[in-house]
Amino acid sequence: MNAGPPAEPAPRGRHAAPPTASEDAPTRRGATTRAESRAGTGTDPRGAPDAAAKAARSDRARAEARLGWYLAGPAFVVMLAVTLYPILQAVYDSLFNYKLTAPDDRAFVGLNNYLVILSDPVWWKALWVTLLITVITVAIELVLGFALALVMHRAIKRLRGLLRTAILVPYGIITVVSAFAWFYAFDITSGYVNHWFDWVPGIGPDLNWFAQQGTSLFVIIASEVWKTTPFISLLLLAGLAQVPGDLEEAAKVDGATAWQRFTRVIVPNMKAAIMVAVLFRALDAFRIFDNVFIMTNGANGTEVLSLLAYRTSIGQLQIGMGSAISVLLFLCVVLICFVAIKLFKVDLAGARGEK
Amino acid sequence: MRRRTRALAVLVAVGLVAPLAACGPGDDGTPELTWYINPDNGGQADIAASCTEAADGAYRIQTELLPRDAASQREQLARRLAAKDSSIDIMSLDPVFIAEFAEADFLAPVPDDVADATTQDVVQGAIDASTWKDELVAIPFWANTQLLWYRKSVAEAAGLDMTQPVTWDQIMQAAQDQDKLLAVQGAKAESLTVWINALVEGAGGHILENPEAPADEVELGLDTDAGKAAATIIGEIGTSGVGGPGLPSEDEPASLTKFQGDRGSFMVNWPFVWSSTQGAVDAGSLDQSLLDDIGWALYPQTTEGEDARPPYGGISLGIGAFGKHTDLAYEAAQCIVSPENQAEYFVTNGNPAASTQAYEDPDVQEAFPMYDVIRDSLDQAAPRPQTPFYNEVSTGLQQTWYPPADVDPDTTPQQSTDFITAVLRGERLL
Repeated sequence: MNAGPPAEPAPRGRHAAPPTASEDAPTRRGATTRAESRAGTGTDPRGAPDAAAKAARSDRARAEARLGWYLAGPAFVVMLAVTLYPILQAVYDSLFNYKLTAPDDRAFVGLNNYLVILSDPVWWKALWVTLLITVITVAIELVLGFALALVMHRAIKRLRGLLRTAILVPYGIITVVSAFAWFYAFDITSGYVNHWFDWVPGIGPDLNWFAQQGTSLFVIIASEVWKTTPFISLLLLAGLAQVPGDLEEAAKVDGATAWQRFTRVIVPNMKAAIMVAVLFRALDAFRIFDNVFIMTNGANGTEVLSLLAYRTSIGQLQIGMGSAISVLLFLCVVLICFVAIKLFKVDLAGARGEK
Repeated sequence: MRRRTRALAVLVAVGLVAPLAACGPGDDGTPELTWYINPDNGGQADIAASCTEAADGAYRIQTELLPRDAASQREQLARRLAAKDSSIDIMSLDPVFIAEFAEADFLAPVPDDVADATTQDVVQGAIDASTWKDELVAIPFWANTQLLWYRKSVAEAAGLDMTQPVTWDQIMQAAQDQDKLLAVQGAKAESLTVWINALVEGAGGHILENPEAPADEVELGLDTDAGKAAATIIGEIGTSGVGGPGLPSEDEPASLTKFQGDRGSFMVNWPFVWSSTQGAVDAGSLDQSLLDDIGWALYPQTTEGEDARPPYGGISLGIGAFGKHTDLAYEAAQCIVSPENQAEYFVTNGNPAASTQAYEDPDVQEAFPMYDVIRDSLDQAAPRPQTPFYNEVSTGLQQTWYPPADVDPDTTPQQSTDFITAVLRGERLL
């Protein structure tokens, strides 16, 4: 297991910088000292230790990597089986005109399904509605979630547990159940909202919330916000806990107001946590299904993309067209991830506290 | 440690194998038939039990519950049948997807003797609904139809003679004049298709001119005088407010609730509303006076002087093409649809029989005083388009004739025709 001679002084300019990931650090640091002591004075003080590090990796690190594969391999295979395989199958199916109840009429149509979808107003309408719901819910939840996180963070120790539990209750409820609860509350025949809030202008016994786009979307968004704000607030609470207390104290000593401390110290220090919360919630909101399915089933211009995919593949049994919609939905999700990570520089490692 | 591992292995093996054992025949070797039923008040399970008893060991019928609405029932059955699920022996089928299932070869062919035996003394609508391309492909079980239910007080105040056929215009006017609400199914659901079909047929037209044609050759009959007459009625109810604010989300149960309320006047709905209202009166949640005030008549006419074509519904029994005991399944189906069982089912569950004999049963006549109107309505009823593409047509109608307030006789039938034609040709999304 001893480190061999520096065999390959490969181009490693990238690694000349100090190691960033914590798991690499011990191995390389150890190897460097060993190589330096043995080689004495190298002509290239940077190249030689690096090459030695590489050589050291080839034995010990390779064994570790192998162990890593043994440990993670089964999970990796399972992940391939349950995610990659269905995705590839969907891509393949999307190239066919195929209805489950007419198996004999199955025909290869190439990219025609995509063409039909992308030139159809139904798709674009569903996309805009989905984006609208995503943007509004994430924006409201971020503000509300931050407020709740601050409350939980600042709460007296004795109350903290109780508060967290209370705030988490909506998140613990199954989405379909909460969708039904909200539906029945606002429904014109069985609901109580119209009676409780008839003092609000515009609300009365004759208001059918699920008969127009605006009011339908309002209820859908409200239930979504109610249900998932706890999730975002928990992520933000984790971020709040990471803000160093001495920074805040220093700011206080320097005479910063509460608002200044919040905007100049707390928020910049938990940027990673905020970005991760926004990204996770945005992806989650983009896949919204249950609320719309239960409350309007897509009526009154409330159809979202996942409902369109569901109706096409499950409702109409159009496997080809449904798969094409699902593939496009998948691409949208990938795009959101890409944009968030590249544009907003979301650092997942930072959020995990590895930095 | 090793002993514990072995014990665990045995447990896992038992856990895996035990559920599979349930799939085989019963302990005594009796073949088990699985009947996929739609939700009801337990009537089909009772019939299954009594037929199992009557079979005397030849087979045993076990029921499995399907989802509540017809569309979800179709989804589940089609998914299973496409995978050639052999556990489906008998299934309760809504008539609208019989054509699709028959075309996909999901149904085992009906033997001639069974076909003869199960179509004796059966209302024509039920036979038509179970037939695809001139061949009986399912066994008629019960037949449903919508009636016009009315509050006698409202009809009287409007001076309507309810012994004579009334028109949609008349009941709309009567409700409006007395500031009452008309209960119809305006929700974006299958019930909307039921309504549109009845109106179009009532004006002498058809939603599809050639229902048996392949997808790209199907012709729609909506952009006609009949289609426009239907759109006029729906648009009028939607815009005039006589349908009430709940109209765009109103299904059959919601219609009933509205009809039972203070502003109830007229309602088109299935006969379950009678047993349901009676149950509510017995339970004390509604007054007897309400029940006394309810009258019934044939479905309203779209065009004055032309016979109405009331909606047809119900359930036929399909025998799965991939079951292991299709002969036994047909034997069981014959037991299930016996006129006695149909009469019993009618009385206990409120679902009208397909057999005309069942209407002679004194228990039926006592429980459903409107039994003769139901039978007449079944004779007059028009089925929804029988086509393998029913789902596309129905969903297409729901997309274009909704909400009722937006239905315009000058544009809706045309838009609907263009849209459904494009969908059937694979050029548009639904």
